[in-house]
Amino acid sequence: MIPAADVLPPALEVTGLVKRYGDVTAVAGLSLAVRAGECFGLLGPNGAGKTTTLEICEGLATADEGEVRLLGRAWRTDAGWLRQRIGLALQETQLAEKLTVYETLRLFASFYHAPRMVNDVIPLVGLEEKRDARVGTLSGGQKQRLAIACALVGDPKVLFLDEPTTGLDPQSRRQLWDLIEAYKRAGGTVVLTTHYMDEAERLCDRIAIVDHGRVIAEGTPRALVGSIGAEHVIRFVLADGAEVPSALLEALPGVRVVAGTRDDGTELQCTAVHETVPALLGLLAQRGARLADLRTHAPTLEDVFVSLTGRALREA
Amino acid sequence: MAKPFPALSIVQLTLVRIKEFVREPEAMFWSFVFPLLLAAGLGIAFRSRPPEQLRVALVRDAASDSLERVLERGGGLVVDVLDDSTALMRLRTGQVALVADRDAGGTLRYEFDPERPDGRAARFLVNDALQRAAGRPDPVPVVERTVRERGSRYIDFFIPGLLGMNLMSSGIWGIAFSVVTARNRKLLKRLAATPMSRAEYLASYLLSRLGFLAAEVVVIVGFGALAFNVPVRGSVGVFALVTLLGALAFSGLGLLVASRATTVEGASGLANLVMLPQWIFSGVFFSSKNFPDALQPFISLLPLTATVDALRGNLLQGSGLVELAPHLGIILAWLVVTFGLALRLFRWR
Ligand SMILES: Nc1ncnc2c1ncn2[C@@H]1O[C@H](COP(=O)(O)OP(=O)(O)O)[C@@H](O)[C@H]1O
Ligand SMILES: [Mg+2]
Repeated sequence: MIPAADVLPPALEVTGLVKRYGDVTAVAGLSLAVRAGECFGLLGPNGAGKTTTLEICEGLATADEGEVRLLGRAWRTDAGWLRQRIGLALQETQLAEKLTVYETLRLFASFYHAPRMVNDVIPLVGLEEKRDARVGTLSGGQKQRLAIACALVGDPKVLFLDEPTTGLDPQSRRQLWDLIEAYKRAGGTVVLTTHYMDEAERLCDRIAIVDHGRVIAEGTPRALVGSIGAEHVIRFVLADGAEVPSALLEALPGVRVVAGTRDDGTELQCTAVHETVPALLGLLAQRGARLADLRTHAPTLEDVFVSLTGRALREA
Repeated sequence: MAKPFPALSIVQLTLVRIKEFVREPEAMFWSFVFPLLLAAGLGIAFRSRPPEQLRVALVRDAASDSLERVLERGGGLVVDVLDDSTALMRLRTGQVALVADRDAGGTLRYEFDPERPDGRAARFLVNDALQRAAGRPDPVPVVERTVRERGSRYIDFFIPGLLGMNLMSSGIWGIAFSVVTARNRKLLKRLAATPMSRAEYLASYLLSRLGFLAAEVVVIVGFGALAFNVPVRGSVGVFALVTLLGALAFSGLGLLVASRATTVEGASGLANLVMLPQWIFSGVFFSSKNFPDALQPFISLLPLTATVDALRGNLLQGSGLVELAPHLGIILAWLVVTFGLALRLFRWR
């Protein structure tokens, strides 16, 4: 019988992690468990502590408190063993500009006991035509794919990716997603950070939402979205910068959460859109406020974050 | 799965270093072309010339004609016969080294600046010629032999100094710049996240320097030998050992300079701090013996002093291993200490 995923030992287990930089507590007691073969996402705003957490898991930084067990081992005792078995892309590495794609990968391959063939990895990331091009001549998306190729060339069991698609154009992002999905299909475990909810929803089997160095919610994207108990999100903007007190909005039928958005709009998470919309329109007419925009959508991870923190993910 | 060839990471790291350097045209200029331009410039400026003629003035009067004939016969002097005030003006402006005059009573009068070496030399030559002409005997017989040998010219002194200086600046600049750039771009951090051996990473800098070392040495010494006939008297084996150890020691110093700096500016400042005293004290351009005795023990311990002294001993005097052992010991000590310290202090992020 094949054991179910949750009886296998976790690929990564983090308990009570704390990391302080002077007065700043970057990670404040964070715990999580990543199962072998899953893609796990750390979703949170800038400064939430995602990079710090990841770097501690990668053995690049040490925690002030707490424990990390990766593939059942600890960095303190098995660093060499672990380094052979993980691959990673940092948030902001610039590889040597004067080397070619092939030379860069051959260098990284030389560090591992059992690397993949460089010529097998290059097609994996779609850089065949750039094999002999200098890194300095690559586009942002190509550089990022090369960074991931460097992570894959050691044939890792666990792949850590820190904001792998930040700053890339939509086409490059999709190419990277395909790449990560292919690695996962081949049995790899992925831990990634992102502040894009669409990326988390598409790639991740499970997500931990991180804010101020803590996990504030955890689960599959579907369960997280379901957890806010809202069926719809109504988003509206008033003309001429008019405002309606949020107490009045909260009193509307079916409304669960009221939050501001970045573009001066307002969001209502609601359970009964057919009751809330007419009531909202009535309220606005009664106050003489004119609508500039009104739309509704099904709730997303972004709305989960809003309902948990009262802030929008991107502006927080 | 089969490992790609060549798999050794130290080989790969060293190859990468060499490629990065070769693909940087500016670095190639400073390591190869610049020292040649410097050697050519200084070689031409200090080329051997016929012995300098001293220019002296005689004050025009009844006696000046006969004095002029005597002085010109003596050799080594160019004589101008001038009126009193012009002669003094030329002395004051440095155009003549001495003004001579004989008064009515037959007494010789010399005006010169004793602080100027040419003034003292002119007084000696002029007085000697005039006194002999007046019948002074030399009580002790004299035999003179003149020596003009390869190996004692300025260019002979300078070529080993230039080679030592180049070993130092390529080692320190080449390494510090490359390491600090990699740290700045988070590449060091990325490498530290792989199973790469950290000692191998640092050692690859030393090894790649050796690749360029041969080229640098051949270019500089070859240029000196071909263009200026600078002698190469010592054994090639000893010469290779001295340059090898010197280059490794300066690479160690370069790694140490680069071990913690996070900006190129910070590393440049530190590199200059390390190199400037050695440019001044280590006898590259002029002999370090010009500095006070109290400083000599400190000066002789500098890696550049030891390297340059050993190179001069080998090239110019043909010294062997035994004579050069103290210098080699100093260089080796620098290599061990700087590499060891760099490995401990090195910051990977
Ligand atoms: N090396 C550091 N020194 C000081 N503060 C740091 C350092 N690294 C991170 N921080 C701080 O820790 C917090 C978390 O940062 P980070 O882990 O980079 O967040 P994220 O990756 O989620 O954007 C931030 O407030 C950041 O300013
Ligand atoms: Mg980050």
